[in-house]
Amino acid sequence: MDRLASRFAACKAQGRAALITFVTGGDPDVAATPAILDALVAGGADIIELGMPFTDPMADGPAIELANLRSLGSGTKTTHIFAIATDFRARHPDTPLILMGYANPMLVRGSGWFADQCKAAGVDGVICVDIPPEEDGELGPTLRAAGVHLVRLATPTTDAARLPAVLNGASGFLYHVSVAGITGKQQAAQASIELAVEKLKAATDLPIAVGFGVRTPEQAAAIGRIADGVVVGSAIVDIVGSHGDAAAPFVQHFVASLSGALLPRTQETAA
Amino acid sequence: MTDTISLPNSLRSQPDANGHFGAFGGRYVAETLMPLIIELERVYKEAKADPAFDAEFAELLRSYVGRPNPLYYAGRLTEALRAKAAPGKGAKIYLKREELNHTGAHKINNCIGQALLARRMGKKKVIAETGAGQHGVATATVAALFGMECKIFMGAKDVERQKPNVFRMKLLGAEVIPVHSGSATLKDSMNDALRYWVSNVHDTFYIIGTAAGPHPYPELVRDFQSIIGKETRAQMLEAEGRLPDMLIAPVGGGSNAIGLFHPFLDDPEVAMIGVEAAGEGLDKKHAASLAGGASGILHGNRTYLLQDEDGQITEAHSISAGLDYPGIGPEHSWLHEIGRVKYMPIKDEEALESFQTLSKLEGIIPALESAHAVAAAEQIAPTLDADKIIVINLSGRGDKDIFTVADALGAEM
Ligand SMILES: Cc1ncc(COP(=O)(O)O)c(C=O)c1O
Repeated sequence: MDRLASRFAACKAQGRAALITFVTGGDPDVAATPAILDALVAGGADIIELGMPFTDPMADGPAIELANLRSLGSGTKTTHIFAIATDFRARHPDTPLILMGYANPMLVRGSGWFADQCKAAGVDGVICVDIPPEEDGELGPTLRAAGVHLVRLATPTTDAARLPAVLNGASGFLYHVSVAGITGKQQAAQASIELAVEKLKAATDLPIAVGFGVRTPEQAAAIGRIADGVVVGSAIVDIVGSHGDAAAPFVQHFVASLSGALLPRTQETAA
Repeated sequence: MTDTISLPNSLRSQPDANGHFGAFGGRYVAETLMPLIIELERVYKEAKADPAFDAEFAELLRSYVGRPNPLYYAGRLTEALRAKAAPGKGAKIYLKREELNHTGAHKINNCIGQALLARRMGKKKVIAETGAGQHGVATATVAALFGMECKIFMGAKDVERQKPNVFRMKLLGAEVIPVHSGSATLKDSMNDALRYWVSNVHDTFYIIGTAAGPHPYPELVRDFQSIIGKETRAQMLEAEGRLPDMLIAPVGGGSNAIGLFHPFLDDPEVAMIGVEAAGEGLDKKHAASLAGGASGILHGNRTYLLQDEDGQITEAHSISAGLDYPGIGPEHSWLHEIGRVKYMPIKDEEALESFQTLSKLEGIIPALESAHAVAAAEQIAPTLDADKIIVINLSGRGDKDIFTVADALGAEM
């Protein structure tokens, strides 16, 4: 089993959803990122999504957009992102690491180069916002040949007719984008998330993670009861935004509140 | 079987079923938007096959836009260039008068077409990005015409630079949303329009202003703008009894240029020049994605982009807000690579010069975008024999630019 599969299996065995946390690499700067990533792990994150900054993050709301600009403004380069990933892998051999970002920075030197870098850095999967299944050929085959998952996204507009196209070639896990919109504050109703997850579960055996608009321990707990993973991004990025390179302890404190909320009830009372 | 370097029988049969023009184009958008653009593709195919759609489009172009606009022989410009040329040299120059359209540019052709598609899809709200405000004004205009709610995303810097157009859009009933993100110019207004669209796909139609974006936009914008080339063809046959030798058009995203070029792509005797904005020079700040960029992915398509070695998009610069974009439509990237169209950079100062030349010689104040094409023609015409014919696409009128030009010339208004 690869790192992602064993982590999802381990969480399942503990009767809880995996906590997946996102921060933008190099935000506020390259030097501050390792401590922030360690804080995510120490706070109880199961899987780390590391954002690759891009000048034009058109699927992101203001919080993550500003994080991208802070990162680029402080001089972050793609080589820094891979260096951050390589060091993370050395410190945390078992924690799955996903790179998330946009097609252009990933493909500018060719998909072969990118896949090689991912493999060498111990990256387990990639989420590319602007590569839908129709354009999978740009990135998917090379990543999969390197043993790196290209995680697919399903959204509220992905209807039953389209879902098979999304699932065809999907691996690692399926990311359910719970709102038709951008990252940030907009939240989906719990009932609509439940309905969507139910449909996705009927269509695939892949673990299903739910993200976009999840900001509080309460929301995380509610989604964790039905999904295999809960993704929290903007709420953490906001903390980095307000505390800068002193953000690590605040990040850890907040992530601990999320991971605590995902513990199964029996363990919660025992603790 | 064809090998990889042979060209298709017709250069007018692109894109392929997946929206690719050779290695360019495609659909690089978030999954949320995919079902909608697939639906748009279906509706567009249906509309294309429906004579009633075409009839309504043609009638609005006639009675509302004022088409056909003239193909005008620019005699004084031609003679002025001949006077400086070697004996027997100096091509005859015609202007395709897109600046006489309602709202003063070619942009309205495309907006009418897309508004008809929006209505066909049952969408009552439209959004658009705009740089100089020309596409914003054209979109606000068709929204008023069709009784649709309209939001225009415009970089905060451009809102400042283009106050008259901002007020025009408001008069037309549109809401103008200043975009503060990124560099607060055209590319950022496109980012924010996409952000809004992804959050409102259920009831909103995005009227993209140029022949770029995810498939099927580059194709449908081209088709709606092809009226420019179709008219030019008929008018030139009428005036001269033959096709022109050369077409010259400015290229921002590339919609007016592809509209003029496309009906002539299979006529090898017609040469074509797309004019990119070289800003302060190709070694300084500019907006020439073909001359100074590389293939990449932005705003839904693979195309030539201004970018650094990490694939970060770099800021474009042109004195002409309509050319101030770090990309270009994918069909131009393909036409550039196969060599069918040549692209030529023209600097701010050259465009400024031609802006004044055309005003004084022909009594026509061109848009700064169009002035780039005039500048290219001024350089090329004297090198061609006097019996050659050039058509310049006069894509827009220059009223919107008088403040910028006065500023650049240091003149008091
Ligand atoms: C008059 C005029 N010409 C040309 C352009 C460039 O756009 P395109 O290359 O799509 O024709 C613009 C864009 O605003 C314009 O207003």
